[in-house]
This record gives sequence, structure tokens and C-alpha cells, in this order.
Amino acid sequence: MKMFLTILLTAILTDNFVLSKFLGICPFLGVSKKLETAAGMSAAVIFVMLLSTAVTWPINQFLLVKYDLTYLQTIVFILVIAALVQLVEIILKKYMPPLYNSLGIYLPLITTNCAVLGVVVLNIDKDFTFGQSLVNSLGAGLGFMLAMVMFAGVRERMESCNVPKFLQGLPITLVAASLVAVSFLGFTGVVDGIFA
Amino acid sequence: MAEKKSLGKELTKGFIAENPVLRLVLGTCPTLAVSTSVENALGMGIAATIVLICSNVAISALRKVIPSKVRIPCFVVVIAAFVTLVQMFVKAFAPALDESLGIFLPLIVVNCIILGRAEAFASKNSVIPSAIDGLGMGIGFTIALSLMAAIREFFGAGALTVKILGKGFAVDINEQLASIGLEPILIFILAPGGFFVFGMLIALANKLAENKGKPKAELNGCENCPMAASCSIKSGGEEACSK
Repeated sequence: MKMFLTILLTAILTDNFVLSKFLGICPFLGVSKKLETAAGMSAAVIFVMLLSTAVTWPINQFLLVKYDLTYLQTIVFILVIAALVQLVEIILKKYMPPLYNSLGIYLPLITTNCAVLGVVVLNIDKDFTFGQSLVNSLGAGLGFMLAMVMFAGVRERMESCNVPKFLQGLPITLVAASLVAVSFLGFTGVVDGIFA
Repeated sequence: MAEKKSLGKELTKGFIAENPVLRLVLGTCPTLAVSTSVENALGMGIAATIVLICSNVAISALRKVIPSKVRIPCFVVVIAAFVTLVQMFVKAFAPALDESLGIFLPLIVVNCIILGRAEAFASKNSVIPSAIDGLGMGIGFTIALSLMAAIREFFGAGALTVKILGKGFAVDINEQLASIGLEPILIFILAPGGFFVFGMLIALANKLAENKGKPKAELNGCENCPMAASCSIKSGGEEACSK
């Protein structure tokens, strides 16, 4: 239990996917203009991360490792994730239109999101068990959500600010991201402290 | 002659005018993540360039065979195959680089520069221009990455090491700094410094572009996004992509 909590909190706070690992920067900068879309996108990311971990971990363990094919990891994982996302999109569209309308539109964007492939590869690299992998993916997704939602709030405030001309647009967004990242530096060591 | 001139243009456009990182704002994740030292940046840049050239050549050679409906998955498979090859090479011949690039080596697969060039250029042009385009864009990526890494390494670690094939130079100002009681600005190496330096470089690139009367770099999610064609956000009417 303690181990799962450590993994979860580390993934959310100290090793935040966006702000300290630099994964999923494109949606972080591109889709964070409004709070609502930021939340929708991150919910879809959490969902896809959990699902792809649940599928790729057994594939890796029982197919690739067993038959000594681990060098195919990259190809297999990206294909599995792409197929999975497509499948989920079709199922949601057919059977759960309300959910599709709120999450589905983000799904195609997620296929080529490096955060999803990143979490899957990291789980394998760190030799996590199936349970640990799922918890780590959940933490990574929640961390992504936390960063997205916080940053969307910051950006909404920034809209009304008087920004120097040469910083307008993307540069000031990146400077704001830098400041949000500074706040996450403060979490260094927190998780070890809690369970010490 | 005209042919030659246009090929030269294909090559150099990626360096500055259409620099993938600073002008098109593609491939931001690896740019921020591996730009902590020039050595990593060069390694990443070269690896991505090789994948870019090979995938551009393969995709452009296959462009008449691949049905347009399933082209994105096809592109991804081709790219993933080359990434796997590069990964094996790096693991075999530069294990230290493999160690420091970590998961960003396999993540070249989802680097939007590569998929973006496949979609925007290689799928519409013949083999030789595509190879040249890949080389130019790869060099542009490497330039931007190394520039950022040089700034971050110099300020953050107080030292700068540039080495290509064992030749190069190294600067270390830590002793001089210590003699006047200063330390390198560690935060430049950490995550916030990455965002900050990137923001400043984009601002600089914008300024230079403005002087030439060109538009600013914007993260216009949908237009640059390789997934634009298959993406339902546009038709969904949501203003999800910024702008």
C-alpha cells in the first residue's frame, strides 16, 4: 500500500510528467487556453494511459519478453496504442455519445502524444509489476491533469495582462510555464518526507 | 540549373526560415528535455536527423502505394521501424548517449517534426527532394537544440563542452566564478530554465522574423498538427486547438 502511494505521489508531484519530465508539452501549450478543454483533454489522457498500460504490459511480458522480441517494443507499443485509441473512439461514438462528445474529440490527438508512449515505456524500463504500472500511469495522468488545469488557470489570468510586445503570444506562455514549473520544484523530496 | 537551385532551397529553408523548433514550434518535448548539455543535444539531433531522412525517403518512395485513408498509421510504422534501427545502433555504439537520452530515444517515433514532414512534404514530393528536406529539417532541429543546450549548459553548469568526433573545445568558468564567490545558475539546467530559455529564443526568433516582415511563431495547433486531417476537433466545432 505504502509503495503504491509512493509511486502515485511521485508521479503526480515530484516527477510531474509535463513540468519535470517534459512529456506531452504540445497539448500542454496548445490545449490549455480554456479550463474546460484542458480538463477534458486530461481526462481523456488519463483514460488512454490506463488503458494502454493495461494492454501493453501483458503484451510485453507474455509475448515480447517470452519470445525474446523486446527490440520490437517501440513498433508494437505505438501500433497497439494507435489501434486502441481508434477502437475506443468507435465504441464510444456508437454506445456512449455523451461521453464521446466530451472526451472523444481529444482521442485522435492523443495517439501521437508522447506522454502516453512515454508512460508505457517508462513502466517497462522501471521493471514495474502490473499493479505498479497501473498506479504509475494513473499518477502520470493525474499529474498531467494537475499541470494542465493549473496552467489553464494561469493563462486565463494572463489574457487580461499587459504583456511586453516582444513577449506576446508563445514566449510569455513559455515563461508562465517556467514559473509553474518552479512551483513544482518545491515538491522535491516531499514524497520521501511523507513516508520516511 | 533551376532544379539545383530549388534543391538548395529545400535544404536551407529548414535551417532558419522554417526552423522546425523555433519557427514551426514542432518537437517541443525533446527540445526541452534533452537540451541540458550540448553533447546530448547533438546526439539527439543526429539521431532524429537520420530517422527523418530515412523515413522521408521511404515514405516518399511508397507515397503512391499507401492509400490515403490509412496513411498516418503507415507513416507511424515506417518511422517506428527506423527509430528501432537507430535505437539499436546507439545502444551498440554509444551506450553513454543511450543512457542520457533515456526514453527520449524511442520517443522520436512521436516527434511531430518527423510525422509532420512525412505528411506535409514526403507524401507529396519525389524521393530526392524529400531526402534533402529531411536533411535540412534535421539540421535545423539540431541547430536549435544545440543552441538551447549551449545556453543552458553554460549558465547552468558554468561549463561548456562542444565535441564532434573527439574534436572541439571546452570552456569552464567555475573557478573564476568561485573566486568571486558566485555559483552557476543551477535552475537553467532544471525544468523551469528549459521553458524560460525556450521562451526567450522564440521571442528572439519572432523579433528577427518581424524585421523581415514574416509572421510570428504561433502554436496554431491545428494547422501544424500532423493529425489535422483525421482530427475531429475541427468538425466538432470545439475551439480546442489554440487559435
